[in-house]
Amino acid sequence: MIINPKDQEILLSINDLRIEAEADDGWHPIVDGVSLVLRKGEVLGLIGESGAGKSTIGLASMGFTRPGCRIAGGQVIFNGSDLLKLPKRQLRSFRGTRIAYVAQSAAMAFNPAHRILDQTVETAVNDMATPRKEANANALDLFRELQLPDVEQLAHRYPHQVSGGQLQRAMTAMAMSCRPELIIFDEPTTALDVTTQVEVLAAIRKVVAEHNTAAIYITHDLAVVSQMADRVMVLRHGKEVEQAPTREMLSSPREAYTKSLWSVRQMHKPAEPRQDAVLEIRNIDATYGRGAITVLDDVSVSVPRGRTLSIVGESGSGKSTLARVVTGLLRPSAGDILFNGVAVPPVLKSRTREQLRQIQLVYQSADTALNPRQRVRDLVGRRLDLYFGLAGREKERRVGELLDMVELGSRYIDRFPGELSGGQKQRISLARALAAKPELMICDEITSALDQIVQGEILKLLTRLQRETNVTYMFITHDIATVKAISDEVVVMNRGKVVQQGPKDSVLSPPYPDYTERLLRSVPEIDPDWLDRLLAARQ
Amino acid sequence: MKMLSEPLCGTTPKQSPKAIAVALRRTTPSAWFGVAIIVLYALIAIFAPLIAPYGETEVVSSVPYGPWTQQTFLGTDQLGRDVFSRLIFGARNTIGISLAATMITFVVGVSLGITAAVLGGAVDMLMSRIVDAIMALPQLVVILVMLSVVGSSVFNLIVLIGIAGATNVFRLARSVSLNVTVMDYVEDARVRGESLVWIVFREVLPNILPTLVAEFGMRFCFVVLTISALSFLGLGIQPPTADWGSMVRESATLISYGDVTPLLPAAAIAFLAIGVNFVVDWFLNYANGLRDDH
Repeated sequence: MIINPKDQEILLSINDLRIEAEADDGWHPIVDGVSLVLRKGEVLGLIGESGAGKSTIGLASMGFTRPGCRIAGGQVIFNGSDLLKLPKRQLRSFRGTRIAYVAQSAAMAFNPAHRILDQTVETAVNDMATPRKEANANALDLFRELQLPDVEQLAHRYPHQVSGGQLQRAMTAMAMSCRPELIIFDEPTTALDVTTQVEVLAAIRKVVAEHNTAAIYITHDLAVVSQMADRVMVLRHGKEVEQAPTREMLSSPREAYTKSLWSVRQMHKPAEPRQDAVLEIRNIDATYGRGAITVLDDVSVSVPRGRTLSIVGESGSGKSTLARVVTGLLRPSAGDILFNGVAVPPVLKSRTREQLRQIQLVYQSADTALNPRQRVRDLVGRRLDLYFGLAGREKERRVGELLDMVELGSRYIDRFPGELSGGQKQRISLARALAAKPELMICDEITSALDQIVQGEILKLLTRLQRETNVTYMFITHDIATVKAISDEVVVMNRGKVVQQGPKDSVLSPPYPDYTERLLRSVPEIDPDWLDRLLAARQ
Repeated sequence: MKMLSEPLCGTTPKQSPKAIAVALRRTTPSAWFGVAIIVLYALIAIFAPLIAPYGETEVVSSVPYGPWTQQTFLGTDQLGRDVFSRLIFGARNTIGISLAATMITFVVGVSLGITAAVLGGAVDMLMSRIVDAIMALPQLVVILVMLSVVGSSVFNLIVLIGIAGATNVFRLARSVSLNVTVMDYVEDARVRGESLVWIVFREVLPNILPTLVAEFGMRFCFVVLTISALSFLGLGIQPPTADWGSMVRESATLISYGDVTPLLPAAAIAFLAIGVNFVVDWFLNYANGLRDDH
C-alpha cells in the first residue's frame, strides 16, 4: 500500500459537519463540527468509543442519516458536489455505484432469500446497466481476489450456507462490484474471530490498494486501524480529538485520551499460583441434537480457587458450551462436575438452591441478559430475596452496597436497563451476580461487546472485586489482550477439546502447540507492519 | 438508535411527570376521540339508572313500535318500552358482559400461551395441537351448540365466549413469547432457580404486554360482536334484559319501513368498536415508539 497522499486529488471533504439526534426533550448534537479531507486512494481510520459518532460520520459521507437524526449544518463535498444539497434521486445515483458501504454484520445485511452472487451484482446490473454475464464474471474475479475458496460454488450459495468471514468478504466484493471511488467500512471485522479477521483484513487491504479506492475505515480497535489506515482520526463525543498519519499517531499520540485508548492492551496482571481447586470438570462429553454433533470431547478442567481461569478459543471451540454444562443448562453425556470436591447434579432442576447460588453466570450481552422491564432495584435485588430472604429496607440497603461495589452508586437504583450505557449495564450484571455471594462466577465474553476504554474499566473492576471477595472467575474470551489483563491460568480450547492448560505465563510463552501459536499470532498488534510480517511469514 | 440514545439517557434519567407529558404530546386527535367515546360509554354504563328516563323493562306506552316523541325520545319497541332507556341499560349489559368474557379470554389464553412457550417441547406440542383442534371448528357454531346444551345464562355465556376466544390469544401470546424466551434474562431466571410462575408472569409477561394490550382492545370488539350475534340469534342475553344485539333483532322488521331505530343499537356497537380501535392504534404506536428509544 504505497501511496503519496499529497499527489492525489481530493475525493471527499467534510466541512464543519453537525448532526443532531432527537430525544424526548428536543435535538441533541451527536456530531459537532467535524471536518476531514480524503484523497483518492487514501484510507482514513475513524476510531473512538461507542457513541463517539464514528458510524454517523461514515453514513453522512454518503449523504445519509439514520432515522431520528438530522444534519444541522456543514458540507459533504464528494467530487465537487455537496451531497447534502443534492436531491434524493441524484443522491441515489451516487450510492452503491460511486460510494459503497460495508456494514458490521454481513449476516444481517444480506437478504437470506437470494443467492450471494445475485445480491453481489445487483447494483451493477440495475444501476450501471452492466450486462449480467459481465457483472457475474467481474464478481467472481473479485471473490477470487478476496481469496474466497471454491468461488464458483460459493457464489451460488445462500448467505446462511457460508461462514461469517466468507460473507464479510462477499460483502466487500458487493461494495467493490461497481468500482466505487469511496468505500465506507463500518467495523467489518468486529464480529469475527481473530483467525478469520486476519484473512478479511488482508483481503480488504489488498483489493482496496489494487483498485486505488479511497476508504473510511471505522473501528474501535486500534490494532486493526493501524493495519488498515494511512491516516487516523480519533473521535470522542462527536468531536475530533486528534488526527495524524498512522505511524505518527502510534509513535507519539498527542492527547491523553488517545493514549488511554490502548491502555487495555497494556494491562497485565501478575499470575498467582493456585492453592486448591474450587471446581473440577472431569472428562465431560457433550452433544447437541441427540448426539448428532459432539461439542465437548473428554474435557477436563480444574478451576483454581480465588483465581481467574481464562478459557480461550475461536467460536465453535466449545467454550460457551462448557459454561452451559457447568451451570447445568446442558446435560453432559458423560463426565462429572465436582464443586468443592462434591459432585453436583448434571441438570439444573436437581440442584439445590444453595448449589445454584454458588455458581453465577454473567452474559456477554447485557442487553439481552437484563430484563428491559425491570428496574435495577429488582434486577439486583431478586437474588437477595431468593437466596437470603432479604426484604424491605434491608434489601434496599444491600442493593445500594452492591451498586457501590461495582462503582455505580445507589442513584441508579430506579433506572431501567434502557436508561444505562453499555458499560453500566454490564456493571449491573456483575452486581446481580455478586448479590448471590457466589464462589464461582462464569464470565462468558463479558467484555467483548464493549469498547476498549469500558473494557479496561470492567477488567479493573473484576480484579478489584476478586481481591475483596476472593471470588473465582472462569473467564471465557477470544481476546488474548483480555487474557493477559486478568488471568492466572489459561485453558486453550479447539473443536471441543482442551489443547493446553496451565499457568498464564507458561501457556502464553513458547514453545506453543500449533493451535495456540496460530491463535496468538492472529491477534492484531498495534504496529502498522504486523499484518505484512504475518502474511510474509505465512508464505 | 441504541448508540445514539445512550449518552442522552445517561444524562437525563426519566421522571414520571416528564413521561406523562411525553405521552400526552404523542396522543393523536383520533386517540383523544377514541378515549372520549370509551369514557362516555363507561359513564353511561355506570350511571345507567340515573341517566335513563325509564326503567330497563318498564312499559311506557301501549303503542308497540311507537314513533319518536317528547316522552319517548327514540320511540318504543315491540312491547312499548322506551328505546332510549333500553339503549342506555344495554350499554351496561353489553359492555359489562363483554369485558368479563374478554378478561377470561386473556387470563386463560395468556397464562397458557406463555407457559407453552417457556416449557417448550412436548408440553408446547400438546397444548398447541389441542388449541388447533378447537380452532378448527367454527367458533360461533361451537358456542351455539354448547349454549344449547348447558343453557343460556349470563354466566355460561361469559365462560363459553371467554374460553372460545382464549384459543386466539393463546396463539398470539405463545408466538410473541417465543421471541422473549430465547433471551438471556429468561435463561438467567432458570439458572438462579426461579419457578415457572415467576418466569411466566415476571420475566416474560411484562415484555409482551404492549402486544397483549393492543390485542385486548381488538378482542373486546370481537366479543361485543359475538355476543350481539348470539343475542340476535336468540341464544345470547335473554329478554327482558336489554342488550344491543337483541335490540337489533327485536326491531329488525322496522327497517323495511324506512325507520332508523333498529340501526341505533348497531351504531352504538360500531362506535364502541371504532373508539376502542383508535385507542389501540395509538397505543401500538406509542409502545413501538418507546421500544425505538431504547
